[in-house]
Amino acid sequence: MNIAVCVNHVPDTASKIKLDSSNTSIDYTGVSWILNPFDEFAIEEALRFKDNSSGTVVYILSAGKDEAKETIRRALSMGADEGILIKNDLALDSLSISELLAMQIKELNCEVVFCGKQSVDYDNTSIGLMIAEIIDYNAISDCVTLSIEGSTVKAEREIEGGREIIETSLPLVVTAQKGLNVPRYASLKGIIAAKKKNIKEVTLTSSTSTVKYNSLSIPNAKNPGRVLGSDSGAVRELVRLLREEAKVL
Amino acid sequence: MIRKLLVVLEQRDSRIKKTSFEVCSIAAKFAAKNKVEVVAIAIGDEITNLSAVSDYGISSIIHVKHAGLALYSSSAYKKIILNYINKNAIDYILLTNTAFGRDIAPRIAARLRFGLLSDCISLEITPTGFKAARPIYSGKAIQEIETIGNKGIATIRANVFPAAIQSVSANIMVQKPELIDLSNRTVEIIKSDGKIDVSEADIIISGGRGMKGPENFHLIEDVAAILGGALGASRAAVDAGWRSHSEQIGQTGKTVSPSLYIACGISGSVQHLAGMSTSKYIVAINKDKDAPIFSVADYGITGDLFEILPVLTDEIKKLNNRF
Repeated sequence: MNIAVCVNHVPDTASKIKLDSSNTSIDYTGVSWILNPFDEFAIEEALRFKDNSSGTVVYILSAGKDEAKETIRRALSMGADEGILIKNDLALDSLSISELLAMQIKELNCEVVFCGKQSVDYDNTSIGLMIAEIIDYNAISDCVTLSIEGSTVKAEREIEGGREIIETSLPLVVTAQKGLNVPRYASLKGIIAAKKKNIKEVTLTSSTSTVKYNSLSIPNAKNPGRVLGSDSGAVRELVRLLREEAKVL
Repeated sequence: MIRKLLVVLEQRDSRIKKTSFEVCSIAAKFAAKNKVEVVAIAIGDEITNLSAVSDYGISSIIHVKHAGLALYSSSAYKKIILNYINKNAIDYILLTNTAFGRDIAPRIAARLRFGLLSDCISLEITPTGFKAARPIYSGKAIQEIETIGNKGIATIRANVFPAAIQSVSANIMVQKPELIDLSNRTVEIIKSDGKIDVSEADIIISGGRGMKGPENFHLIEDVAAILGGALGASRAAVDAGWRSHSEQIGQTGKTVSPSLYIACGISGSVQHLAGMSTSKYIVAINKDKDAPIFSVADYGITGDLFEILPVLTDEIKKLNNRF
């Protein structure tokens, strides 16, 4: 079986975000880039599949700039088989990105697709679900447990205050939530093997965008408040302020 | 021609959720100001509080009712909603940015090619669709965004817009579903023992590395119980295995904006601050007076949390006894 994992190259979550002078894009000077953290769970789940069934091929797909190859390579070093970069320099909307990925997934004939449940840059939680609709697959979002036997799928997804137990069937798109598994580290052997792997580049065209991005802004930093002290007197003062000033108790 | 807006309501345990009423209020405002026609749709079996939708300014309510639809099924719900939108030429769709809304909105957007604006913290209707602001990088920046092509679908962040009472008469139309496609369905919901979820809580009390171990979280649980709040955790506490990832707050956890956020033994990494700094009031309890958490805290206590938390529980108890 062929499996696709869609990954995204994003600024490190420890980065502070600054804007450029036009206030329409982010100034990425000095920012270090990482594999989107939720994509690690997606890769791990695909690799577990591969470990347990021979003949499984895991493709890593990313739509983005040349730099995204670093992230694809990181995924290959964990044990994935082949990497494909769909070259894109434009600020496309989620639907257009999903279309590009969907075209490639069709081309590779992948029956199962894994994505992270969200990308920690633009925080859209839509790509995996949109891909599923475009190629008419079943989909489970925010997935925290997954079992596939034959074409029968049982899974759990996280919801507010609990979990939904879901039953469906292949073909399938899964978006991975933290907790689905514990991602493996790349082995030295894996890192060396990944360096030798060729990352294929493809150029595809999506239909027109449905969303337009205007300006960006940085929210005003909160002013630090008062330190009330370090003893039980401070606690009494805190409770008084929360009731009388903040009015939240 | 009058443009039409559909509110997709969310029900759990046969009740419409509070976050859906926040969405109803936004829709009612658009009805008054922008002259759009508003209809709300709920899918489920019995829904005990459906008429309450009219307390938030929406009169036309459609209840697609069937015993097989009591629990969410992405395939069945999606087809019912798409069917309604196509038959009634809907221009705008509004939902909550909850596990339900986040799951169904992209599916509908992709099928109809409607522009999707997710997790909105401000929203207006324009002649060409929706215009919104939404946090990106978990709130480190705000993006202004609009739909292209006349149609739009938006999901609304919880706890940002008030659910404002505006009573109108309720006109509930109960319909049978034309088809029920259960190819992707929830068979059961496992609840995490009666706890309030951080993403829906009005008060959150969180613990981090300074809690020193899972055995000490009862100190936080006591405060949460007495305040009726939810328990949260920093990434450090989750990655150490002390707490469940569903409680994690921050850039790779949940982003929250409660009225009151109490951080205990949390230093305040960039990622954690991104997830909670829009809370209305922030209290930090940390021995280290230089911890970054104090830079966003309204009130700080620089004492030992193992001494402070039991006193806090007692003081709130005293307060509750007085009022």
